Amino acid sequence: MKLFLFRGGIHPEGRKELSVDKAIERAPLPEVLHIPLQQHVGVPAEPVVEAGEYVRKGQLIGRANGVISASVHAPTSGEIIGVGGHTAPHPSGLPVRTITLRPDGKEEWDILPPPLDAMNETSQGIARRVEWAGIVGMGGAAFPSAVKLNLQEKYPLHTLIINGAECEPYLTSDDRLMRERAREVIDGVRIMHHALKVKRAIIAVETNKPRALSELRIAATPFHGIDVLGVPAQYPMGSERHLVHVVTGRETPSKGLTADIGVVVHNVGTAYAVHEAVRHGRPLISRIVTISGRAVREPRNIEALIGTPISHLIAFCGGLTEEPDKLMIGGPMMGQPLPSTDVPVIKGCNAVLALTAEETARGKAMPCIRCGVCVDVCPCGLVPLDMAALIRKEDLSAADGIGLNDCLSCGSCSYACPSHIPLVQYFNYAKGRMKIVEVEKQQQEVHKRLSEQRAVRLEREMQKKKEMLAQRKAEAEARRKAKEAAAGETSSDAPATAAAGTPTPTPPLKPVNEDAVRKTGHGPAEPPVEDISERASGS
Amino acid sequence: MTEALLSLTVLGVTLGALLGLAARYLSVKESPLKAELTDMMPGTNCGQCGQPGCAAAADALIGGQAEVTLCPPGGRALAAELAKKLGIVVDLSAMEEHEPLIAFVNEDRCIGCTRCLRECPTDALVGGPKSMHTVIRPLCTGCEACVEVCPTDCIDMLPVEKTLRNWYWPKPASNQQSGNIAA
Repeated sequence: MKLFLFRGGIHPEGRKELSVDKAIERAPLPEVLHIPLQQHVGVPAEPVVEAGEYVRKGQLIGRANGVISASVHAPTSGEIIGVGGHTAPHPSGLPVRTITLRPDGKEEWDILPPPLDAMNETSQGIARRVEWAGIVGMGGAAFPSAVKLNLQEKYPLHTLIINGAECEPYLTSDDRLMRERAREVIDGVRIMHHALKVKRAIIAVETNKPRALSELRIAATPFHGIDVLGVPAQYPMGSERHLVHVVTGRETPSKGLTADIGVVVHNVGTAYAVHEAVRHGRPLISRIVTISGRAVREPRNIEALIGTPISHLIAFCGGLTEEPDKLMIGGPMMGQPLPSTDVPVIKGCNAVLALTAEETARGKAMPCIRCGVCVDVCPCGLVPLDMAALIRKEDLSAADGIGLNDCLSCGSCSYACPSHIPLVQYFNYAKGRMKIVEVEKQQQEVHKRLSEQRAVRLEREMQKKKEMLAQRKAEAEARRKAKEAAAGETSSDAPATAAAGTPTPTPPLKPVNEDAVRKTGHGPAEPPVEDISERASGS
Repeated sequence: MTEALLSLTVLGVTLGALLGLAARYLSVKESPLKAELTDMMPGTNCGQCGQPGCAAAADALIGGQAEVTLCPPGGRALAAELAKKLGIVVDLSAMEEHEPLIAFVNEDRCIGCTRCLRECPTDALVGGPKSMHTVIRPLCTGCEACVEVCPTDCIDMLPVEKTLRNWYWPKPASNQQSGNIAA
């Protein structure tokens, strides 16, 4: 099969040998599990359990909230000890809504839905099951997978690509999964292939994983339309857009989706999770995590329950040999620094790295010498040095004009820069900043509309007051006239007319008053108000 | 008597006609630039720039009595837009990006006087007479109009709460060390 390589990219030292020969192991149950309600892109799930409740393994504890959301299930049986905030596995270290569960060690399963006869099931049926299982993209982006299994209705799809590239250094979790559970992965691919109704499915794996390739090839042999493809090891091969380019030769449009060119990409971990959900009715409650880095005594590949504290996994690996220079979640290129080891494993977490100073090799940032290395390595064809210079000057719209939003933050430029300029950090800042500016702009529109509406309302209230005044005047006039007329008549008639005349002015006034109070919340109730405030300021 | 009446009438008519004509042909059109600038402004007339409203601020900008950086709610983004419109080159990296603040009602001190409700330009404060008031956070512009009128000083301006939704990476300091892995 012809490959269409992309320009740029880098070839970092793999350092996968630290954990590549370690078979997948299960860690013992931790004391507590912290299960965040947002482990995915989109809206957080809504908790459906309360503190003190007993839950069984696989029981729904957080319900998906809308289409772009994902359900959360209990990773083991035990007692819910709280629904509150806990530090998120996110560089900000901010708290996120989290369910805390104390395992009872019984591992008692909830009643699971029956296995599906996948090959005779409709696309919707499979997507519904995947949605139920709370499956999200396991490669790190954590986008709800069910949405991506329903694309065949909106886009003319022809190819499903399964991403087994695992191009980041250190990571071996996908490699181990493909080696040890190739049949299950292939079955997941078949299910997705069937659900998406595409012509072919291609599993792309970097050639630096020969064992995984051969295992997958053996497992895929009996099935028509499923191919296993070796792609060269080049970072960032695992980027969705780049992998699609390498396999199909087509470029995904800027601001577009790969579905625009008829391709859907899923990760191998997702394929495995789909197999588990469809064939066994098991929700996504665990994942394989590589614990690596030279500061870890004994790097391992662990099948960890979602919510397991990272400190527990590190302890299972024999602890740390030294204070790590950097603690990360995900790969060293695109991963995120961790605020502490107290954070839990989430669905999109493929690795935890504890790196020594020798490994991180930080350098002091020096001025840009315009050597152009970053331009050479940028796999998106951008000019990082110019973008960074513009961002430093806060000219974000100009940076956007030369392709900031096409940058995938792969970090190749920062890696290659001889001046150690934190280029990708500039781009991450600018992207975040621009999003906020956009939100603020929308907010300002709302503010503008509100203040205009307020002006109109004040005008209307003024008008109403005027009308009321006029009405009162007219009534007073009428009363006066009636009195005069009564004075002209016999004296015995006068009180009767006056009595009949007085009640009339009050009824029309009252509803007007009530209306004003209801509409504004603070209408004509002036007298008591002034009274209170005076008392308050006097005290 | 007739003469006086006549002369005054003639005088009145002529002067009136002259004034009418002058108003028609010598009128000063309002600068279209002002309208455009006013349109770009937040439009809440909050007065944080020291001008009586957004239109007056636009006037001050055109007259050169104010800098493009005058509008705190608009922030750096608005300053950049204004500078572009007015053809001014400014270095906005020096402009201090204010931390957005919004009003917060200390509920134990609120006496329900409704004074702040009347001041709020976006109706972000809700409540009724003699009952506690509160702020609808996304609607608050941070103009502080409510702070001044509160008789019990129960309104504080607090920074907007940081969440995973509005958090973003800080800008690297110019001499920061890079954190990439070098082989």
